[in-house]
Amino acid sequence: MLQVAIQKSLGDFQLDVSFDAPSGVTAIFGRSGSGKTSLINAVAGLLHPDAGRIALGDQVLFDDGAGVRRAPQQRRVGYVFQDARLFPHMSVERNLRYGGDHDADRVIDVLGLGDLLTRRPAGLSGGEKQRVALGRALMSDPQILLLDEPLAALDAPRKAEIMPYIERLRDDVQVPMLYVSHDVSEVARLATTLVILDAGSVVAAGPVGEVLSRPAAVPLLGVRDAGAVIVTKVAGRLLDDGLTELAFSGGRIVLPGILGVLGQTVRLRIPAQDVILARAAPDGISALNVLPVTITALEQGRGPGVAVGLKAGDDALLARVTRRSAQRMELAVGQQVFAIIKATAVGPEDVG
Amino acid sequence: MMDALGPAEWAAIWLSLRVAIVATICALPIAIAIAYLLARKEFPGRQLLNGLVHLPLVLPPVVTGYLLLVVFGRQGAVGAFLYDVFGITLAFRWTGAALAAAIMAFPLMVRAIRLAIEAVDPGLEDAAATLGASRWRIFGTLTLPLIAPGVLAGAVLGFAKALGEFGATITFVAAIPGQTQTIPSAIYGLLQVPGEEPAVLGLVIVSIILAMGALLLSEWLGRVMARRVGR
Repeated sequence: MLQVAIQKSLGDFQLDVSFDAPSGVTAIFGRSGSGKTSLINAVAGLLHPDAGRIALGDQVLFDDGAGVRRAPQQRRVGYVFQDARLFPHMSVERNLRYGGDHDADRVIDVLGLGDLLTRRPAGLSGGEKQRVALGRALMSDPQILLLDEPLAALDAPRKAEIMPYIERLRDDVQVPMLYVSHDVSEVARLATTLVILDAGSVVAAGPVGEVLSRPAAVPLLGVRDAGAVIVTKVAGRLLDDGLTELAFSGGRIVLPGILGVLGQTVRLRIPAQDVILARAAPDGISALNVLPVTITALEQGRGPGVAVGLKAGDDALLARVTRRSAQRMELAVGQQVFAIIKATAVGPEDVG
Repeated sequence: MMDALGPAEWAAIWLSLRVAIVATICALPIAIAIAYLLARKEFPGRQLLNGLVHLPLVLPPVVTGYLLLVVFGRQGAVGAFLYDVFGITLAFRWTGAALAAAIMAFPLMVRAIRLAIEAVDPGLEDAAATLGASRWRIFGTLTLPLIAPGVLAGAVLGFAKALGEFGATITFVAAIPGQTQTIPSAIYGLLQVPGEEPAVLGLVIVSIILAMGALLLSEWLGRVMARRVGR
């Protein structure tokens, strides 16, 4: 458990954040300039807050009141920078072993670094550099892994190449991670806890599925990116059509593609703008997924849209409709409606 | 042509080499430390230190030589102390020539090394710190190898300057043959006497050979280091 409560003035910018990160992956989400990197630097000890306290488990890393100010060397954090920061004059192997060789064989294996060991950083692709940076951080035997937008500098294919490695770290190595990102689909796929920063303050924090399905989170995430995350299980396969059926507490959702073996857990992000609401069960439409839901919240934004919180079984979903539609349909909290989710609406990068 | 060089000239050549090498080697670690301070640290008096380091570059060398005499002479504050405590005399000795050469070469070395340090991404040093490396380990394994080409450039520049130093040297330690007479002061002395043109020419050629040799050596070493640094 990481506990952070710090204040720092950086020129005109005020960072004033307070949150707890339980084990698992905690995503720090926010626009550029919202203070994400400053926050993570404070945890690493590269930035000294003006006041506050940072504790990791029972160890105090920083406490202004008690005069504790551990140097980065004494914090045992594994920091993966956005720009990798490999040492240019050392081979990949020397880079990896710079901070120690904790669990070296497994790290090299998990990250697929075996073929790169004798190479120089200058000759590596962006994705390879980030894998080496990850490995180097892990081999220093960190108590927590800090990842500052490790995929931001990569194009989509390279991202797709690294993502499974980070997921394997989350599931196999079980080092707690603080993952800075401004990409909702990354957050939805990786995080267990989500902290949203805006202008240096925490504006939302909690389990990722819960925070992402809050109607109030829509303006924070951006209209395009807002959407609920639900955990589903593979319930069957419609072989003839190449579709996979996923079950969750609110019913079943059918998606194209083979998404895993029977019983496997699949995390699904359903963007709010891809959910259509209907007052009656629709008939004769092409969308495959129609779920009965209850409206839990209606949140009017600044623009023409209304964010609608929905309950499907025990899970929360999020829809976004225009204000005009909301009025015409006379949507109200507690009302039973039908959510129509077009199967293809869930992009492949959001499944996993 | 080498016949033109008598024992006095050869003595001047060897002395010049010794003075320049000792001056460069002794000044280099201090120049690295000062360059690191100026490039990476904020502290009160930083501008003052910067000015002090550069002073020999802008002062007339004779003035620098005179100040050395005042401070390091037998009667000078530091000179008297060195003599009384350690029995060391600098004025009018080859060690004094090395001190004068080192001080004159110092600003050039600091400038070159500082540029190299400023070119190293401090983010790399931060990354090493998060990996648990101490400051000294970071300096030894990261900063120093990455600035090695710049240090080399500074050393060659300093060596060339030390080899050619004239004004401060002759003011501080005069030009005693076999003791403090370096190549430049030997050339100057020979030019005062008619008929010594062949010896002058010989020393001029030796000067050119030494300077070119240092330059070529540094080019070659620079290439080797750059390859090792992976740039």
